[in-house]
Amino acid sequence: MNLEFSEDQKFVQQTARDYLSEHASLEVCRAVLESDRPYDPELWKGVAEMGWLGAAVPEEYGGAGLGYLELVLIAQEIGRALAPIPFSSSVYLATEAILRFGSDAQKKAHLPRLASGELVGTFAMAEGGGDLDGGDCATTFSGGKLSGTKIPVIDGDVAGLAVVLAKDGAGQSLVLVDLESAGVTRTALTSIDPSRSQARIEFDGAAGEVLGTAGEGAAAATALLDRAAVMMGFEQVGGAEHALEITREFTMGRYAFGRPVASFQALKHRMADVYAKNQIALSHGYYAAWALSNDNEELPAAACGVRVAASDAFRLAAEEMVQFHGGVGFTWEYDCHLFYRRAQLTSLALGSPSEWREKLIQRLEQAA
Amino acid sequence: MDFDDTPQEAEFRARCRAFLEQHLEPLDPDETSPNMLGEREDDAAIQRAKDWQATKFDNGWAVLTWPKEYGGQGMGRMEAVIWGQEEAKFKTPPAIYGIGHGMLGPTLMTHGSDEQKAQYVKEMARGQEVWCQLFSEPAAGSDLAGLRTTAVRDGDEWVLNGQKIWSTGAHYCDWGMIVTRTDPNAAKHAGLTYFIVDMRSPGIEVRPIQQINGASGFNEVFFSDVRVPEGNRLGAEGNGWQVAITTLMNERVAIGAGGGGGRLKDLLTLARESRRGGRPAIEDASVRQQIADFWITSKGLQYVGYRTLSALSRGGTPGPEGAIGKAVGAPLGQQLAAFAIELQGAMGALNQDDLVPMEAMWQDAYLGSPGLRIAGGTDEILKNIIAERVLGLPPEMRVDKDKPFRDVPTGPPSKS
Repeated sequence: MNLEFSEDQKFVQQTARDYLSEHASLEVCRAVLESDRPYDPELWKGVAEMGWLGAAVPEEYGGAGLGYLELVLIAQEIGRALAPIPFSSSVYLATEAILRFGSDAQKKAHLPRLASGELVGTFAMAEGGGDLDGGDCATTFSGGKLSGTKIPVIDGDVAGLAVVLAKDGAGQSLVLVDLESAGVTRTALTSIDPSRSQARIEFDGAAGEVLGTAGEGAAAATALLDRAAVMMGFEQVGGAEHALEITREFTMGRYAFGRPVASFQALKHRMADVYAKNQIALSHGYYAAWALSNDNEELPAAACGVRVAASDAFRLAAEEMVQFHGGVGFTWEYDCHLFYRRAQLTSLALGSPSEWREKLIQRLEQAA
Repeated sequence: MDFDDTPQEAEFRARCRAFLEQHLEPLDPDETSPNMLGEREDDAAIQRAKDWQATKFDNGWAVLTWPKEYGGQGMGRMEAVIWGQEEAKFKTPPAIYGIGHGMLGPTLMTHGSDEQKAQYVKEMARGQEVWCQLFSEPAAGSDLAGLRTTAVRDGDEWVLNGQKIWSTGAHYCDWGMIVTRTDPNAAKHAGLTYFIVDMRSPGIEVRPIQQINGASGFNEVFFSDVRVPEGNRLGAEGNGWQVAITTLMNERVAIGAGGGGGRLKDLLTLARESRRGGRPAIEDASVRQQIADFWITSKGLQYVGYRTLSALSRGGTPGPEGAIGKAVGAPLGQQLAAFAIELQGAMGALNQDDLVPMEAMWQDAYLGSPGLRIAGGTDEILKNIIAERVLGLPPEMRVDKDKPFRDVPTGPPSKS
């Protein structure tokens, strides 16, 4: 057993942290949140140039040819910076879906452009509320044409390519659609975290092609969500760690009753709770990243573990961040709400934690 | 990044198994190991434990991490953990060496004189004499340095008076390690001295404490003019706190290595066999959500432990991060037991092996679990450790720190 990342992997992470602390301060996130821009194209370009969008994509398809152990560490830094870019949609979902299920021709057509950042991808699964995985799917794919409405789709307004789950004959299929093509109507929606955009996408006979095996889209979507959950988990832990650091600094410097408020046991113990939850989530992340990187049979249960632990950890860290700042924590001016919003968005993006708890029990029952 | 055994680790694991299979009977895969706060061991059980230890010692399987000159094998922590994992799959006698081998031996090796090390450490490894820890007192638990048992020099000897409490196994132990107050005029932490004490000395009385689960794993130990030779002093006079810290740091490592995950399988089984809303409880969404949360916390702690172990095996030193395992794991054990009892409905209020599901093991777990939240550092002390030593938050205000100990205020005597 060796649970250390290698020196090369740690170097990748340090490089990412250095780059993002220079180019993606919290002001960059706030600037997107306060503007009508759906994301920061400059940062997107920079991240693409760093090679992170294709970190896990083989070199023959225009990627950096690294692996998932490198990608999760980059994701942790993206999360730490609350980077206002479509990283999760394009990298963990669209790129991953094509890598995993695409034909060689599909890989050649799309992966180089996704890795270079020229093309943004996303995954369109939800059709309203309820469970994401195994929920309602009224969108249909028939005779090469896609019809139906997906809502909400994170980055649906900025992506050029979508992987869409649709009914296809008796089963479901993953369908690749050019979002700039005829028969696609997109409407930007108000996001709980406006530094990450969301949209409604209506398909009215839009042209598409099957990704992977026709009729096996439901299982493919489930597998894709497992893989994305691992990477998103690291992103969430990065955000949670940063939230705790800022909270710590603030409470050390804020005095009440003649003492730093960080000296009160009521706060110390709760910061210890946040730290413990972050460590538990990160440790689930280690296990799941290992399972992901070698396609281990442990991945389905491990993905549930990191998904729930990291969602809970980030939400707790952000909620306590607001609370421990007191009144100023509730102001627009302070950064607490950036974390508070992002924590909620990421915990719902791939299906809610309660959905994943249920999935976990199903998987444990199957294994028994 | 690899959670699997390396080839060397796999080979070592196979050697452990081969030795264990020669000497012990394997446990049922579904059987859980006994609770650490369980029944008081009888003489026969203690003798079986000593015999098993002698077998291990004679065959080179005792105290693996200790240096060879002290009866160990000079191995790393990873080997010790692998051995522990494999040994736990067999029917073993009660574990009576955790304190001696986990905490007191390392303290002796760090602070003992050459004579003391030669006299005691290898014998401790062989285990025909058993050691206990005499630290806590009725008025000094979390605030251990507030202890009041005195040691007064008399020629070549020290005379000890006072009371210790929560001493695991003191009733069958041959030796104890004790912290005493030798200078009441010094500040709290400065006036302490550490000794090795022969538990057969005249003036020592050991009385069992009956716990809320009815068992008696711990003792009160009374000292009335107990004479201890000067040669049994461990570390310098007035340096007892530093020596005690060595013992306590090793305690955290020993306790932090635990997991408590084996119960999850039992909980799932119980949920399948219990009824709720006219259906098996496992079909109830609230039950499923709760069990998932228990599983996630429990597995998470296991992985946190693996990360600590991995760092230690690569030469790191045990850090305060290890406090997470106990700070989260001990309350988790209590919550799990409470939830399991609730699944049993009205029958959960019984504690009778032949009537209650799973031979009332959850009732035993519930009644025993509060002890684990207190022993070896309460939840609250552990959270202070995380807050202060990991996060660097300000330390608690200490009004007694620089006063002569005799001037430190005390509350009214507690109920005895």
